[in-house]
Amino acid sequence: MASQTAPSSFNWSRIHRGVIYALLLTAALFYLLPLLVMVLTSFKTMDDIRSGNLISLPKEFVLDAWSKAWSGACTGIRCEGVESYFWNSVQIVVPAVLISTFLGALNGYVFTKWKFRGSELLFGLLLFGCFIPFQVVLLPMAQTLGLLGLANSTTGLVFVHIVYGMAFTTLFFRNFYINIPGELVKAAQLDGAGFFTIFWRILLPISGPIIVVTIIWQTTQIWNDFLFGVVYGSGDTQPITVALNNLVNTSTGVKEYNVHMAAAIIAGLPTLLVYVLAGKYFVRGLTAGSVKG
Amino acid sequence: MRAISMGAHDRPEATAKAKGGLAWLERWLPKMVLAPTFVMMLVFIYGYIIWTAVLSMTNSRFLPSYDFVGLLQYEKLFENDRWLVACTNLGVFGGLFILVCLALGVFLAILLDQKIRQEGAIRTIYLYPMALSFIVTGTAWKWMLNPGLGLEKVVRDMGFESFTFDWIVDPDMAIYTLVIAAVWQSSGFVMAMFLAGLRGIDSSIIQAAQIDGASMPKIYRRIILPSLRPVFFSAFIILSHIAIKSFDLVAAMTGGGPGYSTDLPATFMYAHSFTRSQIGLGSASAMLMLGGVLAILIPYLYSELRGSRNG
Repeated sequence: MASQTAPSSFNWSRIHRGVIYALLLTAALFYLLPLLVMVLTSFKTMDDIRSGNLISLPKEFVLDAWSKAWSGACTGIRCEGVESYFWNSVQIVVPAVLISTFLGALNGYVFTKWKFRGSELLFGLLLFGCFIPFQVVLLPMAQTLGLLGLANSTTGLVFVHIVYGMAFTTLFFRNFYINIPGELVKAAQLDGAGFFTIFWRILLPISGPIIVVTIIWQTTQIWNDFLFGVVYGSGDTQPITVALNNLVNTSTGVKEYNVHMAAAIIAGLPTLLVYVLAGKYFVRGLTAGSVKG
Repeated sequence: MRAISMGAHDRPEATAKAKGGLAWLERWLPKMVLAPTFVMMLVFIYGYIIWTAVLSMTNSRFLPSYDFVGLLQYEKLFENDRWLVACTNLGVFGGLFILVCLALGVFLAILLDQKIRQEGAIRTIYLYPMALSFIVTGTAWKWMLNPGLGLEKVVRDMGFESFTFDWIVDPDMAIYTLVIAAVWQSSGFVMAMFLAGLRGIDSSIIQAAQIDGASMPKIYRRIILPSLRPVFFSAFIILSHIAIKSFDLVAAMTGGGPGYSTDLPATFMYAHSFTRSQIGLGSASAMLMLGGVLAILIPYLYSELRGSRNG
């Protein structure tokens, strides 16, 4: 991507360039510092933490904090680390992402290629669902989950995430399909292809990029969710974000900052990996959810 | 787009009937596909909003009850010191958070747009916090701001013995620590939005201005920044949305404390609905949060939908 706003005819002096790089690097330090501190702290012993400071290197690299965070730290009543909660999160994320993405694709297809009277209004109403503060649905949903017998279960959380992820996935696919020429669909219809054939054989095969964007967006959103997890999960079914929060904010005993940091990295690692491996799509999802284009 | 086979008239009747059936199916299938989503939306978004509105007009405490008390809960809310603190906090936190994010975002985007080497790597560094959960962010910053062992100690170890940085446990200053962490998490994203906006500006206008002898700062002030107005607008919407919904960051960093000095509407709602057995009051606060979002959102949605009609 070549820059267009700094034409080459404009001559920056050396000093100017130096200042720009210095500022950019200072900002980079600001963004990197917390991550660095987390990693350093997680490899230290508690004595080391007390005698050194945030940015001093560990006197000896130890993995004790990591093993304790994974399988021994207290998260409320239980003291078995965050391992089981990590798998809870996985159990919630996988089905919720797949189902909400698939339904979003179908909805986006209908909203762009099979418009009917009122479909625009319907889409507007759904779009609104992207933006409501979830506090306004928490209490009724808690009662509904209770009635359905899904209270405090991962199934219940999967259900909640599908329901409230739908608006986003539909928006993504609609914005993608709207740019696919209608002639493609018309031509297929003349060949006798029906509703589902067109979807499966023509639209889905070219939906690769938007499927990736949607899956990444949903995975990040659901993995990082705390509000639904803390309200609808309990004890054994909490996602990792809730477990991490319980671990850090338990008021009993000595605060083991090295364990806190190891647990925080464990909780952040999956989404961080997704970002590093597919950053381009991640950014595209961020902007697709907000800015048009 | 109706997909009715236009050649149905000149075919034998039997096939015409079949075609009719098919046409009927083709007409209704899309609606049937949308039906589940439609029902879910109706129940889980709009139905629930109405349900919450109803609850906010009852005297529900530990369990929902349906004894109507009119707008009593709303009156109580505005006499409730903790709610007023939460709203003030949202104003302070939201205002600062949005302002700093916008300023930092546009500043870094302009710097990055000067043909920088390793631009991709720098962009990646600025944006990665956006991939993290606010709980992780809160945990990390809570540790960094720890009054005994955190940044305070780093500066003291450098030789500034009397340096203190204990904002996180100071009721008057704790709200600003939330701003620091929230800016850290979201400003990179704002930078990315502005950078995309800068890249979209037609360079011929800028070249023309340069030929006219305009200085670079003037070009930025007169041409580039004004043309980024839509980006400012969308970034403002997104950031205010993040601010109003802020819940996990507070939960992880300060738990609303010290006291309730860093309470926000979202944490107030959670505390009253799920731990303090004040469902009526909690519902009323949720309705007011919705009102706040709507006030910002309706103009945005209006322009969004108007735009898509032309698309």
